[in-house]
Amino acid sequence: MSKQVTLTIDGKQITAPEGMYVADAAKLAGIDIPVFCHHPKLEPVGMCRMCLVEIGRPVRDRATGQFVMENGAPKIQFMPKLETACTNKVEDGMVVMTQSNKAVEGQRGTLEFLLTSHPLDCPICDKGGECPLQNLTMAHGPGKSRFLYDEKIHLDKMVPLGELIWLDRERCIQCARCIRFQSDIAGDSVIGFDERGRSTQIVSFSDPGFDSVFSGNTSDICPVGALTTADFRFGARPWELDAQASICTQCPVGCNTTLNTRREAKSGGDIVVKRVMPRQNEEVNEIWLCDKGRFAYHYAESRKRLAKPQIRKDDKLVRASWDAATKLAAENFQKAKKNFVILASGRLSNEDLFNLKSLADHSDGKAYLYSDMAGGDLTSLVGVSEGTNFGKMGAGTAIVVIASDLYQEAPIWYLRIKQAAARGATLIVLNARETKLDKYASFVVRYAYGDEVKSVNDLSKKSKIGDAVMKAENLVVLFGSDGLGVSGTASVASACAKLLQETEHIGKPNNGLIGVWQRANDQGAFEMGFEVEEDLSKALKGKAVYIVGADPVTDDPKLAKALEGAEFVAVQDVIETATTEIADVVLPAQAFTEREGTFTSGERRVQRFYPAVPVTGDAKPDFSITSQIARHMGIVLEGTSISAVFDILSVSVKSFEGLNYARLAEVKEQWPIVGRSDLYYGGTTYENKQGMGAHLSTAATRGEKVSIPKVQREAAPRPKENELLAIPVTRLYDRGTTILPAELLHERIGEASISLHPDAAKEMGVEAGQTVNVSFNGVSGEAVVKLDETISVGVALIPRSMGFAIHEPIPAKVK
Amino acid sequence: MSVLDPVIELVRGLGTTLKMMIEGPVTIQYPEEKREVRPRFRGRHVLKRYDNGLEKCIGCSLCAAACPADAIFVEASENTDEKRFSPGERYASTYEINMLRCIYCGFCEDACPTEAIVLGDNYELSFYDRRSAIYTKESLLEPVPTVDMTTPRKVEAGVFTRSVPEMKDPQD
Repeated sequence: MSKQVTLTIDGKQITAPEGMYVADAAKLAGIDIPVFCHHPKLEPVGMCRMCLVEIGRPVRDRATGQFVMENGAPKIQFMPKLETACTNKVEDGMVVMTQSNKAVEGQRGTLEFLLTSHPLDCPICDKGGECPLQNLTMAHGPGKSRFLYDEKIHLDKMVPLGELIWLDRERCIQCARCIRFQSDIAGDSVIGFDERGRSTQIVSFSDPGFDSVFSGNTSDICPVGALTTADFRFGARPWELDAQASICTQCPVGCNTTLNTRREAKSGGDIVVKRVMPRQNEEVNEIWLCDKGRFAYHYAESRKRLAKPQIRKDDKLVRASWDAATKLAAENFQKAKKNFVILASGRLSNEDLFNLKSLADHSDGKAYLYSDMAGGDLTSLVGVSEGTNFGKMGAGTAIVVIASDLYQEAPIWYLRIKQAAARGATLIVLNARETKLDKYASFVVRYAYGDEVKSVNDLSKKSKIGDAVMKAENLVVLFGSDGLGVSGTASVASACAKLLQETEHIGKPNNGLIGVWQRANDQGAFEMGFEVEEDLSKALKGKAVYIVGADPVTDDPKLAKALEGAEFVAVQDVIETATTEIADVVLPAQAFTEREGTFTSGERRVQRFYPAVPVTGDAKPDFSITSQIARHMGIVLEGTSISAVFDILSVSVKSFEGLNYARLAEVKEQWPIVGRSDLYYGGTTYENKQGMGAHLSTAATRGEKVSIPKVQREAAPRPKENELLAIPVTRLYDRGTTILPAELLHERIGEASISLHPDAAKEMGVEAGQTVNVSFNGVSGEAVVKLDETISVGVALIPRSMGFAIHEPIPAKVK
Repeated sequence: MSVLDPVIELVRGLGTTLKMMIEGPVTIQYPEEKREVRPRFRGRHVLKRYDNGLEKCIGCSLCAAACPADAIFVEASENTDEKRFSPGERYASTYEINMLRCIYCGFCEDACPTEAIVLGDNYELSFYDRRSAIYTKESLLEPVPTVDMTTPRKVEAGVFTRSVPEMKDPQD
């Protein structure tokens, strides 16, 4: 623990860690010093002058260095003018007066000045009601302005910085919180100040505008209504919203969120989610949220939501009762015996996956996870566990990121790893192409696609990088699916696990393996014992298939064909998809906004989400539907109480031992203090009141013997002449089922694209922006050419879920 | 006390009766005849328009926040020059008052930043069912001054650029 300093603020003696700023120390002690430009997550700039206070320091004797005493106490000398509490660090014996006449006068003067040209359009401002400027004016400001209303400067309103964030130039007080967030925290310096003096304004200098996946956070920390989101524009007044804790379902980070809901006339009087806000969890997402998490929630209220069970009669899907639908499914599954296959995705909760796995185990069926990534068995063995926190990593920790573009695959991890590197952690990035994380890495290793395992193995060799890995006190390895399919990730995961085991970096906090999975709860599925099958079309053909939370027909024409040849198909999903259209039985499931449950994040943290809106139609939670089917098959699974399922799960699955719903709902004190009464300080992020979750244990932490299976990988396929090696990469905004319903993001999703090296493009005679025909493995389609100098000439990058069914590297013809 | 006192009282009483006979009745023949309300009477709400026919309401929902009976529901949307309802950026796309809940306290009137909602002089509120007690925006809006001033309407771009129309100090 750092050295503590004792000082006096408003007559109250407090202690604060050395190096802390006075404004923060006061907050820690429960004293509010008003601030606008200062934010506890950002470096201070002292721009807004709101935190003016009187600061006195003890006088020291120049000769001896001792305090000069006066009447038995150290003599305090005050500066002749007010000082900013946000830029002065605490000192021993310091005396701060925040409520003296002089300080109060200074704060009131600053506010009066900030309001000279504020438009006072609070009644229609989206920030109105949760606005620091409003609140601080009420608390510290003058009741009346001496400036003339008619002389207010009028500036542009409704300026779209990008299609997601709107700027109101009149409301802006030039605190630069947004600019500093983008440059210091997000690392995307895409907005800045233009002009000088009264004409100072915020501009975006990227194309497309405000090109950052963290842009939504700027509206949270904006202390006025200058930056608002297009999604929530005039959506509701903040005080009219209800708040319910939830977990983001878009990626394995598991960001804590708050769903703000309200009854809406436009939706026929239903209660709907109006916006998604971050919820503080300093161990997961701090107070941030990426734009995908913030804006892509619309799928849960899509018009295509399934509301009633359906069964196929005379080649048409007709409505049926729950009993009839589940009975039909159960009969067919039972008839199939060993040919019963469950295909579930990581969109489901732990409880759903546990029931599905139990059903498979009790009926001789198989349970597969719908994913392009394997290696989850290893993260259960040597994954990260209790006490792991990216936010605490710094010098002494080595973080290895292999085959993953974290900015696109898991933006909040990108943000936190970038910060850890800034604190002194050794970041080693291994990838075949340039990614955004390279800029912050201590070492960057480039390999050719197919050499991933070799490059991991090289880390244990004697070299500069090898030493950094071997000598590191803590080692975290993240592996992703950049250019890798099922077999590729399996072998890379195994190589990484071996590295961790050999260097004895397992079974300790801040050590272990992390999979950058494709969906929110893939880790949970692996914990339950789900497996990933490389050749799914073979595994599904001729079987009785139970598809839960996945849409293979849209994703892959090969799988569509395999399902045509399936004996029986039952599909359980939230919205209508191409897969539900070919199903024999369709079972409507509740969306995560309508129900309770838990997800396991990639960091193996189990977190609870809560129901926020009423159920759509007759939909049921997945675990309950599975239990109903099981009952018809003579298998008893818990189907009414989800916490009871979790209790059974916690005694059946070793890593969940000791966990229960009450434990997951526990919270602890966090810094910085955020929440409803502290809006001016941390922003509009919600305080965490409904649970920070808990880590799972690993085989290594339980002291079990860990043996890592050796996985041999076949060499990467060699493209023939006139062919390129097509490489699957993951994009944040793709055409996935859970993103497409968010219309606001369509511009960011864009068209199907293919990235080529400029030389390769030249050779083929194509230019950027041109459309080419791409064909591989029996599929073909149009894609727009993009150029990327950092890839090698022989490869072409094709994003997943963008119209091409690409799962692993494969030779492709480009015309 | 004199013996004439009861007679005097009797005559005085009859005098009052006689006077009333000449003055005529105070009751009126409602509903054929209707009484004028007092200047500060608080009756059914009216949503006001500007002289140019645009709606004064900006959908800020402050009336709903001030309402002690939770009788008001407001939902806002954005104005465009193609489809303009009010002079500002925002208008009320849904405005409902449940007259069964309303206690006619006038807080909504006080809270309104644009003087859009005013408690009028209509006191004839009776309903056959609860549903019809919910007054929608269409029934609350006052009629347009002339037929060409209906909302929404297409306006020239660049005329209405303020987020809230500028207001004079309330005179009342």
